[in-house]
Amino acid sequence: MRLVLLLAAALLLGGAADKRSGYDDATQAVRAMQDDDSANPGMLWVEQGRTLWNQAVAGKSCATCHGVPEAMLGVAARYPRFAGRPITLPEQVNQCRTERQGAPALKEEGDEMLALTALIGLQSRGLPVAVDASSPAAQAALEQGHAIFDRRIGQLDLSCAQCHDRLAGQRLGGSRIPQGHPNGYPEYRLEWQGMGSLNRRLRGCMTGVRAEPFPPGSPELGALEFDLGWRANGLQVETPAVRP
Amino acid sequence: MRAPLLLPPEALGRRAFILAGTALFAVPHLARATPAEVAAAIKDVTAGAEPKPGRVKLDIPVMVENGNAVGLTVGVEQAEPRCTDLYVFAEGNPLPRVLHAQFGPAAGRTQLATRMRLATSQTVIAVARLEDGSFWTDSVDLIVTLAACLE
Amino acid sequence: MARVLLNVPKTAKPGETVEVKLLISHPMESGQRKDESGQMVPRNIIHAFRCTYNGAEVLRLELHPAIAANPYLAFSFRAEKSGTVEMNWVDDEGVAGSASAALAVE
Repeated sequence: MRLVLLLAAALLLGGAADKRSGYDDATQAVRAMQDDDSANPGMLWVEQGRTLWNQAVAGKSCATCHGVPEAMLGVAARYPRFAGRPITLPEQVNQCRTERQGAPALKEEGDEMLALTALIGLQSRGLPVAVDASSPAAQAALEQGHAIFDRRIGQLDLSCAQCHDRLAGQRLGGSRIPQGHPNGYPEYRLEWQGMGSLNRRLRGCMTGVRAEPFPPGSPELGALEFDLGWRANGLQVETPAVRP
Repeated sequence: MRAPLLLPPEALGRRAFILAGTALFAVPHLARATPAEVAAAIKDVTAGAEPKPGRVKLDIPVMVENGNAVGLTVGVEQAEPRCTDLYVFAEGNPLPRVLHAQFGPAAGRTQLATRMRLATSQTVIAVARLEDGSFWTDSVDLIVTLAACLE
Repeated sequence: MARVLLNVPKTAKPGETVEVKLLISHPMESGQRKDESGQMVPRNIIHAFRCTYNGAEVLRLELHPAIAANPYLAFSFRAEKSGTVEMNWVDDEGVAGSASAALAVE
């Protein structure tokens, strides 16, 4: 019993020893696509992001306040950040747009949001994920997210943990089950033949086990994304990643 | 009644199998080309001549985890006689043709790399025409498995 | 928004084989897919592509729906003297795209 508790504690502390990026579970072909910036389709969105970064909306662009995109070094690695509640990078971008630029919010799965978050994410590529959950309120959100991760859901009655903790590394269909870290988002999935956010992937997973996906902006989704981010601490940011 | 928190491994396996099975059923059934259609398309290109194995090389992985974007390289290494045309065909895709490349006077190596879609396990065939009018061929039998979770 | 990533070196030696890597954002809609409401999504792919160097033809391509979304093309051309490598393409809806790069041969 004590051993189980110790193991559970080790898992909760997010020990880096067994932590593995989805990159390590992907095939050589998929990894090669990610590693070559001239062949990585995600770079098309980064390119679009560069243009949008400098585009003024009501007189202000991202560049107006933030300067060059390179000034975003290390920023994406710290998201989601906790400020009363978990705030994801797309939510932050929309906060800037609506409150500082007086511009309408961008749709999370629209090309523009994907382009901007891909550009910002790229500035953290190679840096370790560093989600800060040290405050008591953040810890509470983390526990909520962790509980969701462990909860069995849907008609198939499966939890995230069953596949992505317990069965990670084993095969389902033709590929290896990854640990489910968000360190490459937004990422290009061959499955989508396009770019998508973590949100989209979670919706896909939940639909896959025949559960009702958490609505966008819901506290459950925020807590889950926060927990997933924290769980990936130490892994390198790979945005824009390529996955099957 | 809630299921117990710790399940025996067999039960997990069954659930995973059901998940995979459901995912497989979600794939729509597509009409497919046949080897006969591809053979006819090749005869079209060669005006009836039988391409000989060799000279052209088709580089594509034999085991494909995800058929959505599979990298391939196709080309003729020798500079003489020069390759004028490259064709790629897929026996198990909905349509038999994949691409036709023509190399002009300013071309470098007579080789092209791109990414293609593969609907299922099948044979992919390359045909090259050289400037002396000869036709050559290479083919790869490959296996396509499905990715773990389909949206 | 049509996005293009073109990778060509800026300089080359006379007679050198110069590598071109091109990524084009395009859904390459195969015409085999159904959308959420069960309707067949009409085919729309880039079906023709052409590349020239200083006006001389390098490569001409006829593409079919088997080419993956956001097409990637890698090929090469021979550069005897400085000039411009140009490429253009068109899709089933008649939307054209192009890209070019200058090359200094010394």
